[in-house]
Amino acid sequence: MTPAAAPSASSQPDVLPEGILLRVDGLKTHFGTGNRTAKAVDGVTFSLPRGRTVAVVGESGSGKSVTSLSIMGLIAPPGRIAGGRILHRDREGRVRDLARLTNADFRHIRGPEIAMIFQEPMTSLNPLMTVGEQIGEMIALHERISRGDLRRRVVELLKKVEIPAAESRADDYPHQMSGGMRQRAMIAMALACTPQLLIADEPTTALDVTIQAQILELMRRLQADMGMSMLFITHNLGVVAEIAHEVVVMYAGRVVEQAPAETLFGRPSHPYTRALLASTPDPDRDIAADGSRRPLAAIPGFVPSITNLPPGCAFAPRCPLAAQACRESPPELTTVAPGHVARCIRMEAA
Amino acid sequence: MTIAVARDVDQAPATPLIEVRGLVKHFYAPGGRIVHAVEDVDLTIGRGRIVGLVGESGSGKTTVGRTLLRLIEPTGGRMSFDGTDVFALSAREMRQWRRRMQIIFQDPFSSLNPRLTIRAIIAEALDTRGYAKGRARLDRTVELLELVGLSADHASRYPHEFSGGQRQRIGIARALAVEPDFIVADEPVSALDVSIQAQVLNLMEDLRRRLGLTMLFISHDLSVIAYACDEIVVMYLGRVMERGSSRDVRIAPLHPYSQALIAAAPVPDPSRRRVHVPLGGDIPSPIAPPSGCVFRTRCPKALPACAETVPPLTDVGQGRFVACLRVGAGGVSL
Repeated sequence: MTPAAAPSASSQPDVLPEGILLRVDGLKTHFGTGNRTAKAVDGVTFSLPRGRTVAVVGESGSGKSVTSLSIMGLIAPPGRIAGGRILHRDREGRVRDLARLTNADFRHIRGPEIAMIFQEPMTSLNPLMTVGEQIGEMIALHERISRGDLRRRVVELLKKVEIPAAESRADDYPHQMSGGMRQRAMIAMALACTPQLLIADEPTTALDVTIQAQILELMRRLQADMGMSMLFITHNLGVVAEIAHEVVVMYAGRVVEQAPAETLFGRPSHPYTRALLASTPDPDRDIAADGSRRPLAAIPGFVPSITNLPPGCAFAPRCPLAAQACRESPPELTTVAPGHVARCIRMEAA
Repeated sequence: MTIAVARDVDQAPATPLIEVRGLVKHFYAPGGRIVHAVEDVDLTIGRGRIVGLVGESGSGKTTVGRTLLRLIEPTGGRMSFDGTDVFALSAREMRQWRRRMQIIFQDPFSSLNPRLTIRAIIAEALDTRGYAKGRARLDRTVELLELVGLSADHASRYPHEFSGGQRQRIGIARALAVEPDFIVADEPVSALDVSIQAQVLNLMEDLRRRLGLTMLFISHDLSVIAYACDEIVVMYLGRVMERGSSRDVRIAPLHPYSQALIAAAPVPDPSRRRVHVPLGGDIPSPIAPPSGCVFRTRCPKALPACAETVPPLTDVGQGRFVACLRVGAGGVSL
């Protein structure tokens, strides 16, 4: 790894530009040791502006989920943060490196500062407690509140996420709800302490498409109304286009491109981003008026194993533009335009 | 890989390979309650055609696919396969027919025996009908692997040594081993990453063209279905809502449910971002489906009459069929 890609934690002061809520800087999250170290996240750098939705998109093994778990301090052995910083600005304006916080410190972060929702609400909700009790528990953990007020707050939250008949649904157990309703309940729980940042890891992947549309609309509205920042992890480029202001594209543990959504879809720079967009079926593009269709531009080969990454650019073995230099050392993130970075030395060749 | 670009030029031949009429499948839930998984489904698949079955969870699309192969037994209805009533065959006769119909499953991780090499997995399929023996069997195995874009080197490896996309290729090779006429592909690319999904979709199209396969392609993903199939059948809560050419259904859906399904599918283009939620509410339980039209509880165009009778799948002209009281001849909104 080049030293420039991952500045050591001690060499730089913990400062964040105004308007940035979170900056992940050269983050490395590794699992195991020695030859079998899995470099799930290996030098990830991106910024999350306040009040914006940033989508992190990537295929399986890209490191997108491990990045979000690292931010939440949820990496357990044999996993560890092996390098880099996660600078976060809290409500008081204090900037801290989350990569160096203890579990006890994290108790003041998780909930009131950063909350997270997951793909499968059924496995993240307690099946033995009603949905209302679980949301109430979350509030009572962080503030002193009377039973009556607590109940009112819970019902208010359920209404906020548009659960019909909120008063009675508060007494439902998770299994009595549909997948879409459970995800709404999870969102209500995440919002219970009005976090500054909501991390959503594939929140609509397990849902049917008509229900997905409802949840995306709800999340978009809540983000705008509450002025919250959102980090949205997904593999689905269609969902990214629906929800994101900015997009971070990951491949094999690294960020390959970050850009505003319109730029990323309109003028993608990195060959991987381009290939990903070209390989997603889009009937409007792929099928002509006479019904004839073009073969999809599939990306040859497969994603490399994170225990055995190539020495150079991880995408080089599959890249149509790869040159010898690409196979020798990993390229740096370079600025394409203001707010648009990409990790490629052959972008001009396209 | 090169793929023929001209599609939909071949006219449907006079006798379709598959004709399903009035297919019904009920399951029984505790307390003697009936799960109406599939109700009165008609399906026609011409030789060499790919028909896509699209719907959300609980629509009955997977049950239809498995019932056609009699992997689960139908409760009612008829299916003619190349002129033979398959549902009337004995279990023994059915074994012979199975050679002609195969299935590709969604999950390439659980559908391959982890203890067998790829050679053994394919040989097992070849052995079922004494298809090839000895040297010929080995040659045929290699031929099949090459057909799906793998090589002879792969034959001695085990499933865990392969990526998801490669495993799905092995699943396809196994299905093709017995030279079937008809393949049910049940969510064949849903478990794959998008870059790999495109490889497998291209492979399936290439195989269809080279081998003249007839296929029922089941998916929840409308853009995949629209790309891969000649015709689309839209299902909701066990019933067919609409049927038509891939292009017609995608560009000008007539049934309110098809319209909502297409509007709900996210498109990878922020400038085409949706402005409103196409459909509220949840899919009702198939244990107690709504009376009349099963979609009426979520339908923005429902009338009181929609609760009275089940709208029949009606020919509205130009090869299009719609089950909706509000759609008249020629697709006119009523």
